[in-house]
Amino acid sequence: MADLQLELKEKIIEQLSLEDIEVSDIDDNDPLFGDGLGLDSIDALELIVLLEKDYGIKLKDPKEGKAIFESIGVMAAYIENNRTK
Amino acid sequence: MSGKCFINGIAGISAQLTTDGDAFFDDVVEHTELIFRAIDPDYKKYIKPAAMRRMSKSVKMGVTASQMALDQAGIEMPDAIITGTGMGCKQDSEKFLENILHNDEQFLTPTLFIQSTHNTVGGQIALGLNCKAYNVTYVQAAASFEVALMDAKLKLLEKENQHILVGGIDEIAKNSSRLHTLDGHIKSEPLAVIDLLFSTSSGTVTSEGATFMTVTNDSSNKNIAEILDVTIFNQATPEEVEDELKEFMQRNSVEISDLDAVILGTNGDGDFDLYYHKLQQGVFADVQQIGYKHLIGEHHTASAFAYWLGCKIFNKQQLPEIVKMNKKETSSFKTILLYNQYRGKNHSFALLQQC
Repeated sequence: MADLQLELKEKIIEQLSLEDIEVSDIDDNDPLFGDGLGLDSIDALELIVLLEKDYGIKLKDPKEGKAIFESIGVMAAYIENNRTK
Repeated sequence: MSGKCFINGIAGISAQLTTDGDAFFDDVVEHTELIFRAIDPDYKKYIKPAAMRRMSKSVKMGVTASQMALDQAGIEMPDAIITGTGMGCKQDSEKFLENILHNDEQFLTPTLFIQSTHNTVGGQIALGLNCKAYNVTYVQAAASFEVALMDAKLKLLEKENQHILVGGIDEIAKNSSRLHTLDGHIKSEPLAVIDLLFSTSSGTVTSEGATFMTVTNDSSNKNIAEILDVTIFNQATPEEVEDELKEFMQRNSVEISDLDAVILGTNGDGDFDLYYHKLQQGVFADVQQIGYKHLIGEHHTASAFAYWLGCKIFNKQQLPEIVKMNKKETSSFKTILLYNQYRGKNHSFALLQQC
């Protein structure tokens, strides 16, 4: 799980061009949206594509993303339980 | 209504140190690559980090240069934003197309698509300023900036006390530069770019940049220059260019002898610089001739930089040796003509007068 969390942090930093943020700056329990990492609705779409492309998880209802993308920890757990690749 | 068009703020981000306030080619960067980039100012002074992370070079340059021009003019909210670009946001367009290819047309993300359109720069400037006014982007190859400027001039005729932001932006992207090398638009042999104006081989160099200005019909002692006229024509022989020039000068009641300088878009392309050479050796023989593409390179909106150069000359009333193309020595600059063309097409003339 720790490896997956690290991998997710690296992918999010790269995919979302978080230029001034290091892996060590993101706590596993930090909120990704709002006050935490400050991601927005466009980032949410990027994360939905990331889930499908890298882990084979296709969200049927984009609203599910709100809960799944709560934090790195929550996201990693969801991927661990649902990944197809 | 005056119908006049004054420049009251102007900024240029280029392959030289042109955002350093008072500097005027005091330190010249001598580029040695045929494809070279603009020098980045401190974008963080002008763009919030959250907004900047999605911006490609052209968007960063455009947003920053526009804010610099607005700051110089003391304008917080323009009445219109009009941009010109030859190729738009090429970097993100290329990334988006690569993603389509590599991912078999699946898994396409929104950011690159949003950022890849030609009007992304105009849109991002408007978003940053929260400006809901007229916002148009013109894509007209090497006349893109001039067309944007002509639109601004027309808008200034409609209503008094307008302040319009006008700019030209183009960026380098790897695949399009590769294609332009293949089709011979970019030179094949290495060259010190500083010697570009003396080159006789085919092709030129390529670069990037953004020049923005605020234009107004408000007569004020803050105005830098008046744009008396601007015109474009698509195709012409060198002889026809001279005829167009005569007509342009006549309709503005300006004689060649009234010109204190002419700023030419000479780019070292041996196949097309003859347009400039004919005028240089003919009607402009006794006029101070100025070049700039050996400093900032060539791109579709490089001609916008000539306006920055003209305004700088008006302010400084002096000419750095590096831009002089002939031996003529002029000490006072009041009226300057600009002429540009790219590969024998998209010719433009503009007449600037010091305020």
